[in-house]
Amino acid sequence: MNEGTTVGTVAAPPRRTRAGSRKVVTASARRRRTTVTAYVFLAPSAIPLIAFVIVPMVRAAWVSMHSWNLISPMKWVGLDNYRELLTDSHTLTVFGHTLLYVAGVLPLTFAGGLALALALNKAFRGRNLLRGIYFLPVVTSWIAVAIVWRWLLNPSVGVVNTVLAQFGVDGPGWWTSPTWSLPSIILASAWKDLGYVMVLLLAGLQTIPTDIQEAATLDGAGWWRRLRSVTLPLLSPQIFFVVIISLINGFQVFDQVYAMTGGGPNGSSEVVVERIYDLTFRYGQAGAASALSMLLFAAILVVTLVQIRGERKWVNYV
Amino acid sequence: MSSRARKRILVAVLVLGAAAMVFPFLWTVITSVTSGAGLSATPSLVPDHPSVESYRTLFGATSFGRSIANSVGLALAVTGLQVTTSSLAAYAFSRFDFPGKRAVFAMYLATMMIPMQVLLVPLFSQMKSLHLVDTYLGVVLPTMASAFGVFLIRQAMGTVPRELDEAAMLDGAGHVRTFTRIVLPNVRPAIATFGIFAFMSSWNAFLWPLVMLRSNELKTLPLALASLQGQFTTQWDVMMAGSVVSILPMLALYIFAQKYIIQGVAGSGIK
Repeated sequence: MNEGTTVGTVAAPPRRTRAGSRKVVTASARRRRTTVTAYVFLAPSAIPLIAFVIVPMVRAAWVSMHSWNLISPMKWVGLDNYRELLTDSHTLTVFGHTLLYVAGVLPLTFAGGLALALALNKAFRGRNLLRGIYFLPVVTSWIAVAIVWRWLLNPSVGVVNTVLAQFGVDGPGWWTSPTWSLPSIILASAWKDLGYVMVLLLAGLQTIPTDIQEAATLDGAGWWRRLRSVTLPLLSPQIFFVVIISLINGFQVFDQVYAMTGGGPNGSSEVVVERIYDLTFRYGQAGAASALSMLLFAAILVVTLVQIRGERKWVNYV
Repeated sequence: MSSRARKRILVAVLVLGAAAMVFPFLWTVITSVTSGAGLSATPSLVPDHPSVESYRTLFGATSFGRSIANSVGLALAVTGLQVTTSSLAAYAFSRFDFPGKRAVFAMYLATMMIPMQVLLVPLFSQMKSLHLVDTYLGVVLPTMASAFGVFLIRQAMGTVPRELDEAAMLDGAGHVRTFTRIVLPNVRPAIATFGIFAFMSSWNAFLWPLVMLRSNELKTLPLALASLQGQFTTQWDVMMAGSVVSILPMLALYIFAQKYIIQGVAGSGIK
């Protein structure tokens, strides 16, 4: 890489000042050299970040105000794309599905993750092994997990419905049914993300000093009281973080939907990113897709800002 | 109930839960060695005639072997690039004072808030005009830098005493030598943590490779896996074999690097 060679030549001069013979170098010249060196170190990451994140971000905003099919020249339409999106019930539907997804996954992973974190914060043999097992699905690829869950939830020969049948329950059609497609995705996602939430909360629990817990016990506080009045308030920074990160990740949900249901059946599990993808590559409406992606970005930005403001309001830092 | 008994019950519940977490993996493996799985009945927990037919089909009828090599190569390239570019920038932020430092830092921060999905259209058209669609360069270029890595490594560099660099400089080392010989060796754990995450996220990446890579022989593992669904719609043993093959390397990495992975997640919320 040519950046590497420039680093060598620019950074070399300071070596010569060692003997003190070059002390005559003025302060401003030295500062200039430091600046150049710093930017040479930054260039290999700054240039790609500008070229492939900042510039495309600005271009996304620009494209969103055009009618464009990726091939013929762009045509300026002002805010028409936004107007159309915001009055199209399809937009509402995909945002609704996305929110439903978050509303389904978050309580499941949060309640489960909190219970696991509390239980696995105690000392007993095999604790680390159990932590390791609960975390396992987090490191696997979403596509593999989605295919595995399609198989588990196969309506006719899947293991879940087979077991349900043993109990006399007629299992639903899962990902083949418009009613159950989104719950199927939620179930698989909760299984995959549970360990992630557990580890985040566990990290918070480990920062709570044990003497606070002991003092509460001495004061006669029972398990429930300690959890409500000591543990949860002290855990609030992590709880808040989990909620925010789940929202941010949830808005971007795509892989599992693509591989599990493809947004179907009948668009019953179609989410925002899938719509962006389809608008771009299936319907050749890159302008509308960009506008939708800006709306998604706005939603994520709002959540991020809420995080920054809310953090001060109701999160306790020790 | 004594607290001892309560603890026993708790552990029993946790073990049951863990079994439920592991079951999907186990079921995947069982299905993959049950030939003809899913055609008529649910496979049994212990296959009557286990066979590796599905794996033979997988590697014979598809370019799955090629996809594994593609994924390994791409993940290694992206990891190497991200670790290199991130630690260089981290050194600049941690060891230099220069005009524009705050603004540049803010820019790095801003890039972390922009989701990939928003960049889909412009990035695709950019790659198209550079004739990089359906090339690995098109996949690698947008992911060669990571602001997150810069933050993680800079954080670690902050804990390396500056006296160490000053001593090296007095001995005549320039910035390049100080960086490679003094600072980098002292932040090895942070580099390892970040490197593992870079590798995992590249290995599991789906959306951008899906947009970029069209030819079958260029496809990465997740892409190959997704297209198996169209090819072997009801041959669940073959699809499960594909899943096993793509999950296994991550599992191995996880077992070796569990400490770093858990620390990375706990410290920053990446996954």
